[in-house]
Amino acid sequence: MALDKDTVARIARLARVNVPDEELAPLAGELSGIFAWIEQLNEVDTRNVEPLSSVSDVTLPLRADKVTDGGIAAKVLANAPGGAVYIDMSDKNAGGFFTVPKVVE
Amino acid sequence: MASLTDLTIAQLGTALAKKEVSAVEVAGAHLAKLDQHRGLNAFITETPEKGHTMAAASDARRAKGEAGLLEGIPLAIKDLFCTEGVQTTAGSHILEGFVPQYESTVTANLWKSGAVMVGKTNLDEFAMGSSNMTSHFGGVENPWKRRGDNRKLVPGGSSGGSAAAVAAYMVPGSTGTDTGGSIRQPASFCGIVGLKPTYGRCSRWGVVAFASSLDQPGPFARTVEDSALLLQAMAGHDPKDSTSAPRAVPDFAAAARNPDIRGMKVGIPTEYRVDGTSPEIVALWSTGMEMLKAAGAQTVEVSLPHTKYALPAYYIVAPAECSSNLARYDGVRFGLRVPGKDLAEMYQNTRGAGFGKEVRRRILIGTYVLSAGYYDAYYKKAQQIRSLIARDFSQAFEKCDVLLTPTAPTAAFAAGEKMDDPVTMYLNDMFTIPASMAGLPGISVPAGLDKDGLPLGLQLIGRAFDEETMLRAAAALEQAAAFTMRPAGY
Repeated sequence: MALDKDTVARIARLARVNVPDEELAPLAGELSGIFAWIEQLNEVDTRNVEPLSSVSDVTLPLRADKVTDGGIAAKVLANAPGGAVYIDMSDKNAGGFFTVPKVVE
Repeated sequence: MASLTDLTIAQLGTALAKKEVSAVEVAGAHLAKLDQHRGLNAFITETPEKGHTMAAASDARRAKGEAGLLEGIPLAIKDLFCTEGVQTTAGSHILEGFVPQYESTVTANLWKSGAVMVGKTNLDEFAMGSSNMTSHFGGVENPWKRRGDNRKLVPGGSSGGSAAAVAAYMVPGSTGTDTGGSIRQPASFCGIVGLKPTYGRCSRWGVVAFASSLDQPGPFARTVEDSALLLQAMAGHDPKDSTSAPRAVPDFAAAARNPDIRGMKVGIPTEYRVDGTSPEIVALWSTGMEMLKAAGAQTVEVSLPHTKYALPAYYIVAPAECSSNLARYDGVRFGLRVPGKDLAEMYQNTRGAGFGKEVRRRILIGTYVLSAGYYDAYYKKAQQIRSLIARDFSQAFEKCDVLLTPTAPTAAFAAGEKMDDPVTMYLNDMFTIPASMAGLPGISVPAGLDKDGLPLGLQLIGRAFDEETMLRAAAALEQAAAFTMRPAGY
């Protein structure tokens, strides 16, 4: 399947990736090449074939609903881009707020 | 005694146990090699201080009689594993400067067994690539060169830095991750052993995610025994990864020390004889069959009819999963943030500036195949083909115990070659991707040099959770191939 510039621009917007205008056409060419190559999958008859969702035949495990961790508020907050705000500066593991630059408009 | 950096992990273990050397001396010798070969760009972050501290702690444990399996062994860690307090970039601008506050399960297991970290290795951005050329931190140089040709060659990818570091004797072992061949292909390009375990054998917790149904951590080393020792320490069930297998860890090292393969049936998949494979690799594959037969195994021709569809199906599944996984890099909670006039533009600017071209390409492919109206035609179709690939392997393993194939269709290529067309680059992984799609273990063993003097590997593929049989066959192949060559100047 050939992808045109507009389709690439639409996917880029869906993926929230900025693609400069001058790169749209070459990218459309590359992606069309990849999809043309992928087309060969249509040769395979997959009627009545179950899709493989996992290679491990393990049933997903359940665990008891209890706290297994904690007391690490300072670590949780360490990478907050807006800085960590602690409830109690004398005990950082008492909790606090993970602050980020404003995202609500 | 030979130079400390020439020793294997097993030999270093013996020397340390006999107290002929200290872990501090071993770490120092390897850190000096990091200094000497910095030009290869194998490391994104070197951690000499941490290396010395961990080595001193190791010596203290040994003095108390508490030596672990890898006590005092210096290792390099692919910069895709989160390491507490040490920058983890995934080879991407978008994560540059990110310092995790936690340790991945695999690296935690390694430190628990006494290993010492000397640095974090370079990789293709988010592990997407087969040349290490997509790293934001620049390409890695393969220590090997073509005879009489001074051009720089790629180490393969995505775990290119980890492979180059071991091949250049900077470390005796390292960690990698393999999604479609990212351990096995660089091992082949660099003349070392690279092992991808069964999906679920090693925990993915704390490993930056690329394609979650395929990603699997594994080791690089210079011998099969060393790769088994590393795997032994890395593997094991982890409640923090729901796909981690609740199985006991077998004695992999014992399997690797037992190259008795009399009566073993080695399958040769007909469909791996494909056009475009270098004739030297085809010849080496035949030599490998003869070596295993001489060691008492039988070869049997087997058929994996859907082999040629594994690669295009992978280029639906892996980008689809990558586009979901990489949605988290939004400029809000961590990593790079590039402002915009509103929130949507901030996301787009951040991701546009933060991701390189190959990652962007895969995110777009993934977004497209998962977008409304296309799911059945692409993602579901690919997962159905994945079922057929897995079934092919199950049927083949009714007739044999292990499969022997080439690892890669060519030897290492020069930086810049093959860069024009993404599909040409993707073909590098044609022999490694089918086993990845089925979740099976694979190992690349260096088996010879081509006419230009570059190393070539052969791949053994095992049954799910039967790394032991695979390791025995790998040890037999290693013994017969007796690959002792090293890159000139290293």
